[in-house]
Amino acid sequence: MIKVEKLTKKFGKNEVLRGISTEIAKGEVVSIIGPSGSGKSTFLRCLNVLETPTTGNIIVENQNLTDSKTPIHKMRQQIGMVFQHFHLFPHLTVLENLTYAPMKAKGVKKQVAVENARELLKKVGLSEKESAYPSSLSGGQKQRVAIARALAMEPELMLFDEPTSALDPEMVKEVLDVMKDLAKSGMTMVVVTHEMGFAREVADRILFLDHGVLLEEGKPAEFFTQPKTARAKEFLDKIL
Amino acid sequence: MNLDFSQITPYIPFMLEGIWVTLKFVVVALLFGSILGTLLALFKIGTVKPLNWIAIVYTSIFRGTPLILQLMIFYFAIPQLTGYDISPFLAAILAFGLNSAAYISEIIRAGIQAVDKGQTEAALALGVPYRQMMIDIILPQAFKNILPALMNEVITLTKESALVSTISVLDLMRRAQVVGSDLYRSFEPLLFVGFIYWAMVFVLSAIGKVIERRLKVSDQS
Repeated sequence: MIKVEKLTKKFGKNEVLRGISTEIAKGEVVSIIGPSGSGKSTFLRCLNVLETPTTGNIIVENQNLTDSKTPIHKMRQQIGMVFQHFHLFPHLTVLENLTYAPMKAKGVKKQVAVENARELLKKVGLSEKESAYPSSLSGGQKQRVAIARALAMEPELMLFDEPTSALDPEMVKEVLDVMKDLAKSGMTMVVVTHEMGFAREVADRILFLDHGVLLEEGKPAEFFTQPKTARAKEFLDKIL
Repeated sequence: MNLDFSQITPYIPFMLEGIWVTLKFVVVALLFGSILGTLLALFKIGTVKPLNWIAIVYTSIFRGTPLILQLMIFYFAIPQLTGYDISPFLAAILAFGLNSAAYISEIIRAGIQAVDKGQTEAALALGVPYRQMMIDIILPQAFKNILPALMNEVITLTKESALVSTISVLDLMRRAQVVGSDLYRSFEPLLFVGFIYWAMVFVLSAIGKVIERRLKVSDQS
């Protein structure tokens, strides 16, 4: 579904990604972990071209996103993204946050968009908040709305950029539960996370990044018990 | 102390007419300034280098020289240069409109750039095209940042409009001077129009506060 070929990204002289290649299959849940500054978030943001790669190819459903002729905003409609800091639209109600993009970017009829949105709010357990503004929600509620907003576009693939890192500890579970349900439903997911429990339990594959290099990848069971590289071992010793 | 307000009574209708002149002038100059200012702000945040430069140089010139100098140039120097006999009102509109465009462009630019970058990213990630995103997501939020500063600009423009009395536009200020020289008494007419200026600014501030409060709806639960 996604093929990443020799991806590099430089910010000025700072080389953040140094030639990453990997493939993600449909329905796969991939967790990206690694120390801070390893390039995890940049890698994820390259997948929907919020960061333009310096060199390399990102091929989603046979379309090369780094090709300037590819209609990027059409491709992004198939790739949902959830941010660490939610980025809900503060001047719109919860329901409007969900219906805005389907109506304005995809031309979905209002009635259909609203129906869809209500369904999704029910799924994330926030039906009663549909006419609230984001500022009145807790962090966990905001993130659940943000997930529902991304799903409202009916994407093929969901990207999560440290979705629980800005949350109070007691709110982490409600967000992870929504993500687990989503994974079970067969959604293709790429998740940058510090939640090792989630990575271990839900992910099909772990990518370990360090200094912009994909140092190690493998099944969670193997990666967490017998890491192949010294760097991964050291990282796991520090956090587990 | 020999204040005698009864003496200006016959002149009151004449001075009140000045409100209309001042208001007309402020509204037209402000409209002109807002349209040009928005355009300049878009030039500034855009990525087209020549347009960036035009907007930056423009702002630098109009903010870097006295308003009264700009007014004099439009009223006295342009007729000398072109032979076109410009009316005081038109010269005043041009000078004030072009001048406030420079200030308004800065206010709007800052307002747009103060919107959290995450908003742009969230909209782009959802596949919303740039133009649509600007109109629906960024500008409504920027407007909230812009409004207090814009209201300030309106108030400043209203008060500074008194400068046009120097090129004999019959605004409030000029009318007070006319009455003053007619009566050989300056204090009463000046105090009278002073009160009118204050009242106009008071009303403007009140309107600004009402709009601000309306826009704040989404900030609270």
